[in-house]
Amino acid sequence: MPERLRRLLLQVLAAGAALLAISGIYSLYKVIGRALDDGQRDWWFIGTFLPRSTDRDMPPIRDIISEFNKPLREGGPELINLIWDASLFTLREALAGFVLGVIIGMAIAILLLRSRTLEKGTMPYVIASQTVPLIAITPIIVIWGRKNFGFLPWEWQDWMSVSLIAVYLTFFPVAVNGLRGLQSPDPDAKELMDSYAAGWWQTLWRLRLPASLPYLFPAFKIATLASIIGAIVGEISAAQSDGIGYLILDFASKYSTGPERLYASIIGAAVLGLLAAAVITLAEFAILVRRRQATRS
Amino acid sequence: MTETTKDPTSQSQGAVDILDLNKIFLPGNASQVIALTDINLSIAPRSFTTLIGPSGCGKSTLLRLIAGLIEPTEGSVTVNGKTANRARQDRDYGMAFQTASLFDWRTVRKNIELPLELLGWSRADRRKRTEEMLELVQLSEFVNSYPRELSGGMQQRVAIARALAFRPSLLLMDEPFGALDEMTREHMQTELLRMWQETGTTVIFITHSISEAVFLSTQVCVMSPRPGQITAKVDVDLGERTEETRDRDDFFDYIVQVREALRS
Ligand SMILES: Nc1ncnc2c1ncn2[C@@H]1O[C@H](COP(=O)(O)OP(=O)(O)O)[C@@H](O)[C@H]1O
Ligand SMILES: [Mg+2]
Repeated sequence: MPERLRRLLLQVLAAGAALLAISGIYSLYKVIGRALDDGQRDWWFIGTFLPRSTDRDMPPIRDIISEFNKPLREGGPELINLIWDASLFTLREALAGFVLGVIIGMAIAILLLRSRTLEKGTMPYVIASQTVPLIAITPIIVIWGRKNFGFLPWEWQDWMSVSLIAVYLTFFPVAVNGLRGLQSPDPDAKELMDSYAAGWWQTLWRLRLPASLPYLFPAFKIATLASIIGAIVGEISAAQSDGIGYLILDFASKYSTGPERLYASIIGAAVLGLLAAAVITLAEFAILVRRRQATRS
Repeated sequence: MTETTKDPTSQSQGAVDILDLNKIFLPGNASQVIALTDINLSIAPRSFTTLIGPSGCGKSTLLRLIAGLIEPTEGSVTVNGKTANRARQDRDYGMAFQTASLFDWRTVRKNIELPLELLGWSRADRRKRTEEMLELVQLSEFVNSYPRELSGGMQQRVAIARALAFRPSLLLMDEPFGALDEMTREHMQTELLRMWQETGTTVIFITHSISEAVFLSTQVCVMSPRPGQITAKVDVDLGERTEETRDRDDFFDYIVQVREALRS
C-alpha cells in the first residue's frame, strides 16, 4: 500500500524532526544559559528571570551520546549495555504486570457486563482505586510481598511486587474501555445471536469480545505506558536494583560526578516506552486495520 | 380476505399459527404499552407473507414473537407445530434485519459461516455450504471481502445468505430493504423471489412499501396501531413475478386494495 507506506514514512520523518527540534532547543538554551552564567545578567530582559545553566546542569548532547559507549568502571560493561539489560529487566516486570492487568481488567469488565447492579455498585470503587497515589501504596505492596506472601507455592521476589504495581495501573483502563466495548454491539446483533439460540458465553466470544477490540486497543496503549511507569516507580520504591528505575535513581544520586549518565538512562527509559507503544500499534494495525475496523475511544 | 379453516385434528399444519395473541409490554406498570391485541394469523408453508402498517403498529413485535425472542402476554404462537421458543432452540428459522448486522471483523465467508459454527458444523461442511449460499446470492467473488467493502444491497444479500445458510424452513425479515435506494430495492425484490422459489422457504417480511408488499407476497397482512392489530388480510394472486408484473392492471388493483385497507 503506497498510501499507507507514505503515511508511515511521514510519521517517522515527523518524529525525527521533533527529536531534532528538541535537541535544537536544548542546545540553544544551553547557549543562553551559559551566557547568563558568565555574568551577563542584564542580557536583554530575560536575564532577570531565566535560570542559568552550566554543562553540569545541562550536559552537551554530544557528551550524552558518547557516554553510552563508555564503561562505568575500568574494564566494566559499557553504559549502553547496562541500560539495555536494566531496560529488559524492567520490560519483563512491566510485561508481567501488563498481561496480568489485562486479564484482571477483562475479568472485571465481563463480570460487570453480567450484572447491571454489580456495574452500578462496583464501578465507583474501581474508579476510586485509581485515586490512591501510587507512591503511597508501593511500599505497602513491597512489604506485604516480603512478609505475607509466604503462603504462595513459589518464593516471592521483589520484582513481583513491582509487577503488581504495574497491574494496579494497567487493569483500570482495560476494565473501563473493555466494558464499553463489550456493551457496544447494537440490539440487532444481539438479537441475531439470540435468534441462533446462542448462549451467553457464545455471544461473548463471537460477538462482544471481537466488537470490543476497537475500544481495547486505545486502553492497551495507555496500559502499556502505565505499566512501564508503574514498574519504574515500583523499582525505585522497592529498591529493586536490576531495573532501569533503580539505575535512574542511582545515577541521580551520583549526578555531580556524571550528569550525562542520568540523561542517558532517562533516554533509555523513554526509548523503552516508545518501543512498547510501537509493538501495540503494530498489533492494532495488524488486527484492526486489516479488518477495516475503526478505533473507538 | 382469508381465514384458514380450523381443522381440530391437525392444529399444526401451518408453518406459523398464531391464536388470540395479545402482547403488553410492562403489564401493570404505569408506562405499559399494549403492543398487539387479538392477533390470529395462519401462515401456510412455502407462502410469502408481508406485514405492512405504520410505524409503531407492532410489526417488529409480532415478528419477534414468532421468532420466540419474546413471550406473548396471552395466546399462543406455534411454529412448525412447536412453541416459538422451541422452534428457536431447534433453529427452525433464519432472521434478517434492516441493518444488515454483519460482523465488521468477519469476512463475507465468516459471516455466512457464523450460524454454522454455532451449530457445530465441520470446517469442510461450512465451506461447502457457504460456497453454495454465495452462488445463490450471486456474490461468489466477494467471499473474502469485509462488510465495509460492500454496498448496502450486497451487505443485505450476505445477510440473507447467512439467514438461509442452515436451510431453515422459515425466513423472518424485518424491513430488510428499508435502507436501500429504489433501484437496488427492486433488484433485491426480484432476487429474493428467485431465492424463495429455489429454496422453498416460508417467508415473513415486514415492509413500509405497499408496492413492495404486493409484488412479493402471496398474503399481505395490513396492521393498524393503538392497539396494534391485523385489520385486513389480502391474498395476492399474481402468478410468477417478472419486471412486467409491476405494470399490470391487477398489480395496481392490489395496491389500491392494500392502500384502502391501510386507510380504514
Ligand atoms: N421492549 C419494549 N418495551 C416497551 N415497549 C416496546 C418494546 N418494544 C416495542 N415497544 C412498543 O411497542 C409498540 C410497537 O413497536 P414495534 O413492534 O417496534 O412497531 P413497528 O415495528 O411496527 O414500528 C411501540 O409503541 C413500541 O414503543
Ligand atoms: Mg419495526
